[in-house]
Amino acid sequence: MVHIKRLQEDGFDILAIVGEIDASSAIELDLAIARSVGEGYKRILIDCGSLEYISSAGLGVFMSYIEEFRDKQLVMVLFGLKEKVSNTFSILGLADLLNIRTGKQEAKQLANELSA
Amino acid sequence: MIIIVRPIFQVGLIFFEVRKKAIIRLLFFVATAVWLVMVFSDLTVLFSNLKGLDPGVPKWLPSFLLSSYVVLLYYYYKFKIEHEESLNFTDLLWKVFATGLVATVISLAIRLLLFLTGATALSSNILFNYLNYQINFSLFLSFLIAALTSWKRLILYQKSKWLIRTWILLEFMLLLVLVSDNLPIDWGKPGGFSPLLIRDIVLAILVLVLSSNMKWVAYLNFKQKLTSLLLLALTIFYLSYFFFTVTTQSDTIATKSVAFLDFRTHVFNIGLLGFVGIYSIFSFLVILFNLPTSSVFEQKLEEVVNFQRISQSIQTEQSEESVYKILLESSVSTVFADAAWLEIKSERDEWRLFTFQISEKEANAIRLYLKEKNVTGIFDQGSDRTRNLSKHLRAIRGVRFRSLVSFPITVKETNIGTLALLKELPDGFNKEMTNIVSAFANQAGISIENFRLLEEALQNERYKEELKIAKTVQKSLLPQRLETDPDYEIAAFSESADEVGGDYYDTLRINSDEVALIIADVSGKGTTAAFHMSQMKGIFHSLAQQESNPREFMSRANQALVFCLERGSFISATYFVINSRRKTILYSRAGHCPVLYYQASTGQLTYLKDKGTALGMVKSRDYGRMTESNELTYGTGDIMVLYTDGITEAKNPQNDEFGYERLQETIREVVHKTPREIQEHLIMSLYAFSGSEDINDDYTTMIVKFNQ
Repeated sequence: MVHIKRLQEDGFDILAIVGEIDASSAIELDLAIARSVGEGYKRILIDCGSLEYISSAGLGVFMSYIEEFRDKQLVMVLFGLKEKVSNTFSILGLADLLNIRTGKQEAKQLANELSA
Repeated sequence: MIIIVRPIFQVGLIFFEVRKKAIIRLLFFVATAVWLVMVFSDLTVLFSNLKGLDPGVPKWLPSFLLSSYVVLLYYYYKFKIEHEESLNFTDLLWKVFATGLVATVISLAIRLLLFLTGATALSSNILFNYLNYQINFSLFLSFLIAALTSWKRLILYQKSKWLIRTWILLEFMLLLVLVSDNLPIDWGKPGGFSPLLIRDIVLAILVLVLSSNMKWVAYLNFKQKLTSLLLLALTIFYLSYFFFTVTTQSDTIATKSVAFLDFRTHVFNIGLLGFVGIYSIFSFLVILFNLPTSSVFEQKLEEVVNFQRISQSIQTEQSEESVYKILLESSVSTVFADAAWLEIKSERDEWRLFTFQISEKEANAIRLYLKEKNVTGIFDQGSDRTRNLSKHLRAIRGVRFRSLVSFPITVKETNIGTLALLKELPDGFNKEMTNIVSAFANQAGISIENFRLLEEALQNERYKEELKIAKTVQKSLLPQRLETDPDYEIAAFSESADEVGGDYYDTLRINSDEVALIIADVSGKGTTAAFHMSQMKGIFHSLAQQESNPREFMSRANQALVFCLERGSFISATYFVINSRRKTILYSRAGHCPVLYYQASTGQLTYLKDKGTALGMVKSRDYGRMTESNELTYGTGDIMVLYTDGITEAKNPQNDEFGYERLQETIREVVHKTPREIQEHLIMSLYAFSGSEDINDDYTTMIVKFNQ
């Protein structure tokens, strides 16, 4: 089960993921990101502080946006990953492909740099 | 048993049918014969009486024969009318009418004949008069008895024990009267008190009581009622005609012969005529007075039928659309509306409009107008449905309707649509109508809910079936047999959860020295995972033949997969080439779980965490840079444990993961055993850890142990 909270801060759209993302709940993550993009946000932050587990399907959602974001010059930064989640990212070799930071401030900073 | 019994039963039925027809014919002939004998003997008695001679036939014979004729006729009609299964009410009346018609036509034909021959000696001949009278009287009797048997069916249409008993009593009384009429007993002077008087009173009461049973009238529709009225009127006319004819004739004869007994002196005749006549007149009047209200009854009946149709649609209809159609048609016909529409939210939250005798454009115009003008409460629950809206409807241009009622349709307590009925008359709906349609709408709601539940169940069933297929496909993609080599032994195991996973492992001999190994995990589950897995298998079998450099293999596999996989899907894999001549393992990891390697010489058990990205996600050519190749040299007793994340992510009831460390420990316990034993130990430990036989992911492992 997953719950995704959205809040806007200084022009950032922050999606906070609470719970676990598996094959069935990956759709919700996909919808949440798509909605944010649809509403025209240029800088999207993903708060993974309360993300307990992510399956390969959940990772696939992040990966599927990489190219679209590059084409539309949007920025997505993940932050606050727990060790276990972070481990999953690195085993699959996705850590290098995604923008990942530890804290929110650093994430904002990176997002600003990248979109500048 | 049934096979034998059925033909016998059928033959029996046919035999019975044939026998019944034979009996009916026989009865007719016997009755005719008895009548002829009676007429002859009667004439003889009359003739000898006139001439003052001894008649030579017993005095009682004619009356006995007449009684027999009556009884025979009774049974003739009983068989003919009572056992006819398919007769409806108007058919019964028609039979009586037809019998009357035939009798009247014969009687009139004789009159015409007499009229044409003129006032000859024949018409004043008493014997001829008597013959004529007898013919008319017998026709009259047969008509009366035909009517009696028909009335019996009508009266007993809704029978009760009490009613049947009363009817049997009437028949018994009639028989009693018939017998006592002919007995040469002097019952005392007429007019005074006698047992005969009691008999006559009982008969009269029975006739009146039975004549009040008119339930069948209620089941006639308007048209049938009109037909029945006509048939009954003609029946009454025939009765009057015959009564008049027979009375005048018997009066004429009575003046000429003393021996002649007027038929009216027989209480049986009077009783029968009275009963048939009274019931005919009662029926006629009851139908006549029921005519104005018959439409109400018909409407009620239609409501019941329509309600049944909607109820039945739960089980039988093929689609939701047909339930809507039935709802529209039934509602319109029940309350005599001129048009209707139904607005329904489908399961996919799309609004759809079904219309009946109104164009979609018109319906939308009305809806839009009422919404714009904010005429509140019409489409809401609990509003006064009979509210007069003609003021509003008149204001809409080109709309012919003047009244409207609407009803919500609810499924699982949520409103999924509105049924609106329209009439061209202002104020056209009353409370009763709205109650009925409201019931219809509720029933339709149940129908739709059932339908959707059924659909869901079917969908689930289909999905399960699909999964089954996918699972079979997936199973068939895994190798039946693994490559063997004197240098090493391989054991593999794969078990998937109820849902189809995408775990894949395979081996392929490249040449006499080299064998390629792969373990892969397709992201996602279900049928797509199975299809992606089959793509991976294809790539492995074609690429491994020609590409012994694992990094190059991964790079090319990525290139192939990136355009094949569904958006957001990827495959993690580790690819190995074991060279038994050089004793090396060349491998590359593409985002797959790190290999657990046991080095026997040092006793070290480590995860080989090399750089590498899963396949199918990076389109650019720089995927090659993200993945590396590494080489190991193996020694005796070395073990390589390949697995998928289902193993490290297996959970116990406390929600702890099996994890990398536990995996390491488990393997360490059995490093001296054969690959098969190691694998069995690992799987046993997994089941013990998770505490159940039900796995929630796929467990896949491939263990390679080098002996040499």
